[in-house]
Amino acid sequence: MQRARVRVAGAEPIGPYTLLRVARGGLEPGAPGQFFMLEAPGRPLPRPMSLCLAPPGELAFLIDPIGPGTRKLCALDSGDDLAILGPLGNGYRLDVERPLLVGGGIGIAPLPFLSEALGNPPAILGFRSDWHAEAAQIVPNAEVVVEPTYVTEALSPGYDVLACGPEPMLAAIARLEPGAQLAWEAPMACGYGACYGCAVELEGELKRLCVEGPVLSAEAVAA
Amino acid sequence: MILNASGCLDALAAPEVARSLDAFVSKTVTPLPREGNAPPRIAEVEHGMLNSIGLANPGIDRFLSHTLPRLAELGVPVWVSVGGFAAPDYADLCDRLDDRPEVAAIELNVSCPNVEDVPQSVGEIVGAARAATRKLLYTKLSPATADIAGVALAAQEAGTDGLSLVNTIRGLALDERTLRPRLSRTAGGLSGSALKPIALAAVYACYAATGLPIAGMGGIACGRDALEFLAAGAASVSLGTILFSDPGAPGRIRTELASEIDALDVGELDNAIGLAHVEPTPACDLAVPTAAVSSQ
Repeated sequence: MQRARVRVAGAEPIGPYTLLRVARGGLEPGAPGQFFMLEAPGRPLPRPMSLCLAPPGELAFLIDPIGPGTRKLCALDSGDDLAILGPLGNGYRLDVERPLLVGGGIGIAPLPFLSEALGNPPAILGFRSDWHAEAAQIVPNAEVVVEPTYVTEALSPGYDVLACGPEPMLAAIARLEPGAQLAWEAPMACGYGACYGCAVELEGELKRLCVEGPVLSAEAVAA
Repeated sequence: MILNASGCLDALAAPEVARSLDAFVSKTVTPLPREGNAPPRIAEVEHGMLNSIGLANPGIDRFLSHTLPRLAELGVPVWVSVGGFAAPDYADLCDRLDDRPEVAAIELNVSCPNVEDVPQSVGEIVGAARAATRKLLYTKLSPATADIAGVALAAQEAGTDGLSLVNTIRGLALDERTLRPRLSRTAGGLSGSALKPIALAAVYACYAATGLPIAGMGGIACGRDALEFLAAGAASVSLGTILFSDPGAPGRIRTELASEIDALDVGELDNAIGLAHVEPTPACDLAVPTAAVSSQ
């Protein structure tokens, strides 16, 4: 766990989202599915963001401007700086034979880095509109579905599913694919086990998502 | 001395942060295990955050058998925060901790805003705890009282060695779209910079009333904040919400505070304690620029 003040290298809109690129500042990108806490300018708490891409010398995050902190992050410009902490949590296991990446909405954020690590396997991405679906361009080999079609309707059996997306999507995948690896999200003040804010029910107990996850096996969540 | 506020750091999850403190204060331990409140448990607000964790902890048995030995290995003095719902709970917890050499101090949490049951009077609790332990005993008070100095005096008369000031104060945040409470338990404890003036007032009042050593906390985010707590009467400062955004805060604030003390030209850091209570000398009055006075 390292924290560094880094410079913004660029912030490009992709559909409704923003791809925020920052200089690495000596931080390691970590494993796909791990996350960083990004200082949200002017806000008391940082925001947890999965690493989306790790271009040479940079770290990139896909951000949906849905609240006061994410709006501030999306408004950053080249040359601005911010503090980031990471990499944090547990990422995806990469020892899979037939990977299939599944993402929903802003949940596609960790998939580009994951795709790169796994040699660009097939992906199924779901979005609520064609505008949101513009973000599919950052995930190679992706089949795209738009509501009212859901990703679960496009799933084929026989794959090792690695997914990230809204809770109903992950819950549906967990029912269909008990061996899936699912990346969850929860409100989080610290990202390193200090605040106990990100409690989720795992194996019948409330546990910290930042310590146990954010990537969890479907069985752990269903138990 | 820089500590963490109880519940704002898991020393076993982040040992390097704990080692940057002068003492580590545990999350509050209760007689029985508590899972804590249902999520969502935290909400950011302007100038702070709300939490309703609900004293999630493994209970005193497991804490003593599993957690405490591992905390002792960190090489940092360990303060154990304890909480209960009646004076005998506190007495029992203190009794269980009393013969444990790993424990440097006990903090009585008589002020958690996130549990339903209201503890008995502070004086009764401190008295029961005092009778059960010879350990250094601090009592953590809530600022949500009309007369915190009176409560502090009651704690002093009952035998507390020091005060931890302050715990969070209850607040509410509503979802911007649904206008429903953002926390599952509706309200939660407010911390962060919004709490700072409330905490400073409590430190100031309790220092004046009791003269007890005070661990000051509430929105401390930089060396200047820490200096203000010392000036109000705190002998040490505890970091809470700032640790969430900056795990390096203890080292940074220690450095910044040293610079503030140097700039103040009072010599030792201890000489800054209680400065806010000292009447300014005529020389100090003359040092205020006329323009600054006339603009107020």
